[in-house]
Amino acid sequence: MKEHKEPLKKGTKAPDFSLKVTPDQTVSLSDFAGKPVILAFYPADFSPVCGGEMMLFNEILSELKKYKAVMLGISVDNVWSHLAFAKERNLHFPLLSDFNPKGRVSKLYNSYHEEDGVSERSLYLIDKAGKIAWGYISPIGINPGADGVLKALENLSGARKK
Amino acid sequence: MKLTIPVSKKDHAKGKENAPVTLVEYGDFECPDCQEAYSIINELQKIEGNKLKFVFRNFPLSEIHPHAFRAASAAEAAGKQGKFWEMHDLIFENQERLDNQDLLSYAKNLKLDIAQFNKDIESEEIIKKVKNDFMSGVRSGVNGTPTFYINGARFDESYELDLLLRAIKETLWAREVIKE
Repeated sequence: MKEHKEPLKKGTKAPDFSLKVTPDQTVSLSDFAGKPVILAFYPADFSPVCGGEMMLFNEILSELKKYKAVMLGISVDNVWSHLAFAKERNLHFPLLSDFNPKGRVSKLYNSYHEEDGVSERSLYLIDKAGKIAWGYISPIGINPGADGVLKALENLSGARKK
Repeated sequence: MKLTIPVSKKDHAKGKENAPVTLVEYGDFECPDCQEAYSIINELQKIEGNKLKFVFRNFPLSEIHPHAFRAASAAEAAGKQGKFWEMHDLIFENQERLDNQDLLSYAKNLKLDIAQFNKDIESEEIIKKVKNDFMSGVRSGVNGTPTFYINGARFDESYELDLLLRAIKETLWAREVIKE
């Protein structure tokens, strides 16, 4: 049975969470209050090198910085896997470990793929006030690319100017 | 996903100017998959040469491929002297050797004006061109390298010869139908 998931609704409060980024460091969504936050849920570390979604976001961090946006990757891999992955791919943003209890935060964001026990490929933009500004759940095999996030960031900053 | 910046004179294009099918690749000179795709595109051009225009745009993944950006700049610098495709081919054929000295030796092989090449490779104009290529790819939904577009629409299957051939045939067929 195929489950069709919808992202959390625009304008609703983004569920807060605390997740480990290293064996002894934890990051909470509320740490970034006042800044736009991009959450990228993804199925697993160590995807093919040249087609990896985290790799792509890593390459456009300077674009995201123009909007003062914070980039966070989230998967159910443990912190050691995240560390090895980040080191190998030279990633410059935190990878959060939704490992214990497994997938708890992914579920809060409607982004847990029960069948395979991994996070969906989903993207969220959370605004400065901690509300969902944009969300997208991609078919699990398809890397959504970064255009949607950039558009959402533009819309958000445009809305702010008005 | 659609190509946001249409193919123009600013692009490096190979093949027939008014070909019915335009294939655009966003590629990274240091990416092994792009090297593989390079051979496939060569085959494709042999088979569908008179119906195909091929355009290469830069998508260097600098964080994982430390030589990719400079290799892209080298191809662009060679392009300033009319030898983009020659450099493009040399780089893909020697993908394991892409440090500064290697790139310089390829420029010498191609009998480029070396002083000019050295100047161009670090020029603002070329760096901007490569960066603009990259961002135009991001905005067109490039999600890895290589990513292909056939007449402006992203090709989402894997880049195998028979799949590309089929997609090209379908595009040609669709054009015929529209004409009728």
